[in-house]
Amino acid sequence: MTIGTIRDLLSAEVLAGEGLMELEIRSACGSDLMSDVLMFVKENTVLITGLVNPQVVRTAEMLDVSCIVFARGKRPPSDMIAMANERGIAMLATCETMYVACGLLYRGGLPGSPKRGEE
Amino acid sequence: MSANERGQCPPHGTRPPEPSDQALRELHRVDAGDFSTAGEASASIKRVLRRMGIDPDVIRRVSVASYEVEINLVIHSFGGTMEMILDGDWLTIVSRDTGPGIEDVSLAMTEGWSTATEEVREKGFGAGMGLPNVKRNTDYFDIVSRAGVGTTMRMGFKIQ
Repeated sequence: MTIGTIRDLLSAEVLAGEGLMELEIRSACGSDLMSDVLMFVKENTVLITGLVNPQVVRTAEMLDVSCIVFARGKRPPSDMIAMANERGIAMLATCETMYVACGLLYRGGLPGSPKRGEE
Repeated sequence: MSANERGQCPPHGTRPPEPSDQALRELHRVDAGDFSTAGEASASIKRVLRRMGIDPDVIRRVSVASYEVEINLVIHSFGGTMEMILDGDWLTIVSRDTGPGIEDVSLAMTEGWSTATEEVREKGFGAGMGLPNVKRNTDYFDIVSRAGVGTTMRMGFKIQ
């Protein structure tokens, strides 16, 4: 699934990485807990979160996460958007709740990150 | 169990050889409580490894482990350093802090065990998964801590 498709499925606004819409995403993770994200996530993943702080972008950077989606209408400040642009990470904002956003992407064919022991 | 025994746990993996004089070293300071810069040391280490063309899977393991350790330094320590040592087949990261030290390292290595504050948890960390995740991503890991003195962690990664 491309980032462009994720944008369309979630009726999301693109905040950063406008040029990355053709990038292929292989799995998804929905969490507000960066500790968990650091346990499970691999590259070419979309992270759906309701947590808005710079550590979300830094965590994404460490894991080569290609796309961050902020759920339930949350919007990051401009310095976080700049951080994402500098690091080549797409950043989207959707009004859907995290549960619905995850459901829409799953129904669209995007699987979750591998569970422990399945990596 | 004595206080000395509680300050360490058995090393994981085979310890890398002592670095030679040719080793590439990079030292980063990590300030206590400074969430605004937390992750910069790890990002810098990641950039060096990328430039050197190291295998992406190894880079990801190094990045996760070093970032977890850096966040730990910010959350729990009085401040410290992270040193990257690249030598031959091994990359080693040594983290040193000046306290307060971990009273029972085995407990700190237990998944879910955390002494993090509510403020830290609101930032998305402090779930008690950090140190176990560090160990999981390394080829060698040891930790020595003394309450009131500080903690030293050594993480080794085979890069070839």
